Amino acid sequence: MEKRSVRMAQHQVNYASSAGLPVALTTADHLINWGRSNSLWPLTYGLACCAIEMMASGASRFDFDRMGVIFRASPRQADVMILAGTLTKKHAEFTRRLYDQMAEPKWVISMGSCANTGGMFNTYSIVQGVDRIVPVDIYLPGCAPRPETLQYAMMMLQKKIRRESANMNKNKKQRFI
Amino acid sequence: MRRYTPKDNVQAKAKYTDRFWVAPRVPHEEVEEGSFFASVVDELKNSGIEILDSYIELGQLVVKIKPEQNVDALKVMKEKKCFKMCSELSAVDYLAQDGEFEIFYQLLNLDEAKRARVITRIKKDESIETVENIYRMANFAEREMFDMFGIYVNNHSYLKRILMPDDWEGHPLLKTYPLQGDEAASWYEVDKIFGKEYRDIIGPELRDPARIDRYDTQRFARVGKEVPFGADPELIEKTETPIEDRYSKTFLTDYTKGSKELENRR
Repeated sequence: MEKRSVRMAQHQVNYASSAGLPVALTTADHLINWGRSNSLWPLTYGLACCAIEMMASGASRFDFDRMGVIFRASPRQADVMILAGTLTKKHAEFTRRLYDQMAEPKWVISMGSCANTGGMFNTYSIVQGVDRIVPVDIYLPGCAPRPETLQYAMMMLQKKIRRESANMNKNKKQRFI
Repeated sequence: MRRYTPKDNVQAKAKYTDRFWVAPRVPHEEVEEGSFFASVVDELKNSGIEILDSYIELGQLVVKIKPEQNVDALKVMKEKKCFKMCSELSAVDYLAQDGEFEIFYQLLNLDEAKRARVITRIKKDESIETVENIYRMANFAEREMFDMFGIYVNNHSYLKRILMPDDWEGHPLLKTYPLQGDEAASWYEVDKIFGKEYRDIIGPELRDPARIDRYDTQRFARVGKEVPFGADPELIEKTETPIEDRYSKTFLTDYTKGSKELENRR
């Protein structure tokens, strides 16, 4: 990772001499990650009661749009998969398929206790943590997490993206993926 | 003043004598002569249904019949006694104590506002005739019964699992089915998505909700002993004295041993 001080150098511009163009220098990584992190489009993917909180986050009171987070109904247009709720073993296959259909680069937020660990459903039919299926970037605790928590998770994900290399192949792969 | 109770030797005495509370049995009452329920029982008898037992339980009529007469009995109940609605249909697992399933049909008469339950018992390997042509709801309910108990329903139009996936093994509502799933259930999603060879990579399910890997520096914050994200676990081990895992090990199954079932599947 580059040093913070060399990330962006702003020059004082003499508008008379440089044809009125302000100049800003930056790195490609920083520029690409700036773009990626400020337009994270999550997949509309509610599985259980956490989806209610996810919907509230998108609605006017909490207003996800101001962060550039706009829910998309197609995995082809989405960058983030928010796994909001209990994932059953029957549905795990489809979750993985949706994840595979998302275009790179892609990230996953595991929202709520059920998605993190299976939560209170210590039973035969529930996936005990979605990280058995897809690689997870952010684990979001709570049952169900408040919309503020989801927004904080999204801000943490933005931080993570900004800290990573723009070349996804250089980033550390998680577990089995 | 509070009533005095002798305190000598109080420690040795069990505080609660009824330590394991036994639920009171719901009393079975006789079917009253001349009541609506008596007329139902008479109607069934006149139609040639053999009634093994009949009583009133919590204001509802319970009629026990033979399993091969279930279609006839329900037809009489619906057409003659106006039980137009079947609100529930399923089975109860009595395999351990009697080697039988109890199948019940919960019926509702909307005109009289009366409920009745027709029960019948089948052996483990027996099947039962469908009542789908009498009550339409039986289509889904019998599929669920098949899914959860493995009871085959004869002449059902589409007998297929309804809740569990089609390639699921076992019938989850049987008393012998473990709550946390058998071998096949615990690897179901891994086998299906990645294949069996990924079992070793992904590992068994962590069933203990309190389990925290204290050397995991990526997923858990170590309160009071913060280290950089993704720090080398060996480094931490050097600086700290390791402590035993304090979580319960009862949930954890040793999958490395290899069961007979696993061998068969391979």
